Amino acid sequence: MEYTYYPGCSLEASAKSYDESVRFVFKALGQELVELEDWNCCGATYYMSTKETISLVISARNLALAEKYGRDIIAPCSACYTTLYKTNHILKNNPIMKAKVNQSLKKDNLEYNLSLNVRHPLEVLVNDIGTDTIASQAHISLDGLKIAQYYGCQIVRPDRGLDDKENPQMMDSLFEALGAVNIYFPVKVRCCGGMLMTTYSDVALELNKEILECAHENGSDLLVTTCPLCQINLEAYQGKINKKFKTDFHIPILFFTQVLGLALGGTPEDLGLKRNLIPFQLKEKSQESIR
Amino acid sequence: MTEGEQKLKIPGILGKKEKELRESFLQQVVNIPGGESIKKCIQCGACTGSCPVSYTMDVTPREVIALFRAREIESILSSRTIWICASCYACTIRCPQGVQVTDILYALKRLAIEQEIFPKRFPVHALSKSFIGFINRYGRSYEPGLILSYFLKTNPFKLLGMIPLFLRLFPKGRIGFLPKKIKGKKNFSRILKEAEILEMVVPVQEL
Repeated sequence: MEYTYYPGCSLEASAKSYDESVRFVFKALGQELVELEDWNCCGATYYMSTKETISLVISARNLALAEKYGRDIIAPCSACYTTLYKTNHILKNNPIMKAKVNQSLKKDNLEYNLSLNVRHPLEVLVNDIGTDTIASQAHISLDGLKIAQYYGCQIVRPDRGLDDKENPQMMDSLFEALGAVNIYFPVKVRCCGGMLMTTYSDVALELNKEILECAHENGSDLLVTTCPLCQINLEAYQGKINKKFKTDFHIPILFFTQVLGLALGGTPEDLGLKRNLIPFQLKEKSQESIR
Repeated sequence: MTEGEQKLKIPGILGKKEKELRESFLQQVVNIPGGESIKKCIQCGACTGSCPVSYTMDVTPREVIALFRAREIESILSSRTIWICASCYACTIRCPQGVQVTDILYALKRLAIEQEIFPKRFPVHALSKSFIGFINRYGRSYEPGLILSYFLKTNPFKLLGMIPLFLRLFPKGRIGFLPKKIKGKKNFSRILKEAEILEMVVPVQEL
């Protein structure tokens, strides 16, 4: 199947490995991603919470550009996904806002007619392709790999009816099918603080410490996430957290597509593993082929 | 007392200001899908209990709803609450009455920004402003520029603290050299300009 791909700003810089691994995984599974031509920043929650109409217009420009192709649009970054999804939802339910947005878009001869579905790659992989199909195409077993499945906030909330919002299962079932062990991880949807790491770092460091602590105490080999902001908070600030709380965490933080890509036979280069600050590699025993 | 609070406490102006605030806010709230649900709040506190950062708030999410219904909007606007919310939506999904707490906090935040109710060099607003500046200029966000602009607006000395992180991320190819621009920049600006005008247009709706 073909999908319109919306990488978002983070995936071109700090989360480059997410972009690389998403592209690899979809290609390996025979799906085509077509990058949206001349996409712009979604505006994230920062725009949404400051200027309502403008934020919706900015986000809707992408939807209008994508609509021509009639394919579902997929956005890997949790913030992009939430913002585009929310814009679509608001415009579908609020005719006045839709009129305002389209009147603005007209200045660029664009119009959005509400026909798109905004989707996240995790959900596309699980629902369109299916965990059984993915598992049957995996070359490498993740046998015994202990994973902390961290979903963060914005992929399951606010409620979109795709997965349980308190105890989501999509990543759990995907990695279980690949042989991994999902550790007990009750903080799987707890907030990492997002941009509070910049504005109120004391609060954010505390939140991240709790997530790392839970992963550590339950014996995880690594933590996987779906969000660029969670990834950078948990990985790049781990040293600072160790210093502040006198802890000794050394937990690799990977995008779920990086680990999935390994199972599908990707090399560290394919999946941007060298961009991680805390190195991760599969142990010898789990590198044996399943078939 | 902050500058913003002083602005609101001037006798005589309060009445008019209060009315304006309330009308503007009510308008924003009814525009949120499910916004009218604020009336159904039973003050159970599930929002506060679910919030990962409520322990650092001066006014908890439950109290925000109560204050709103008691027509104490000023106390909400001058609180730390609307700025510390990390948009995690835990309150919204757990509310048994379907109150759209996060979106209501957004509406309050927009109102506080409109009324300029916050101290100078205020971190969250500075970050929003920096972020929005980059999008308006390039159509894309630019992480290093965002951080630079943010710290220059708040505390330039803290920039030094960011250098080690920069030095670790740069060799990994995780920091962009220059901001990327969209091609349709000219038309993008025209869209923004039109949207800015329409932002002011508030349709008449029955409250």
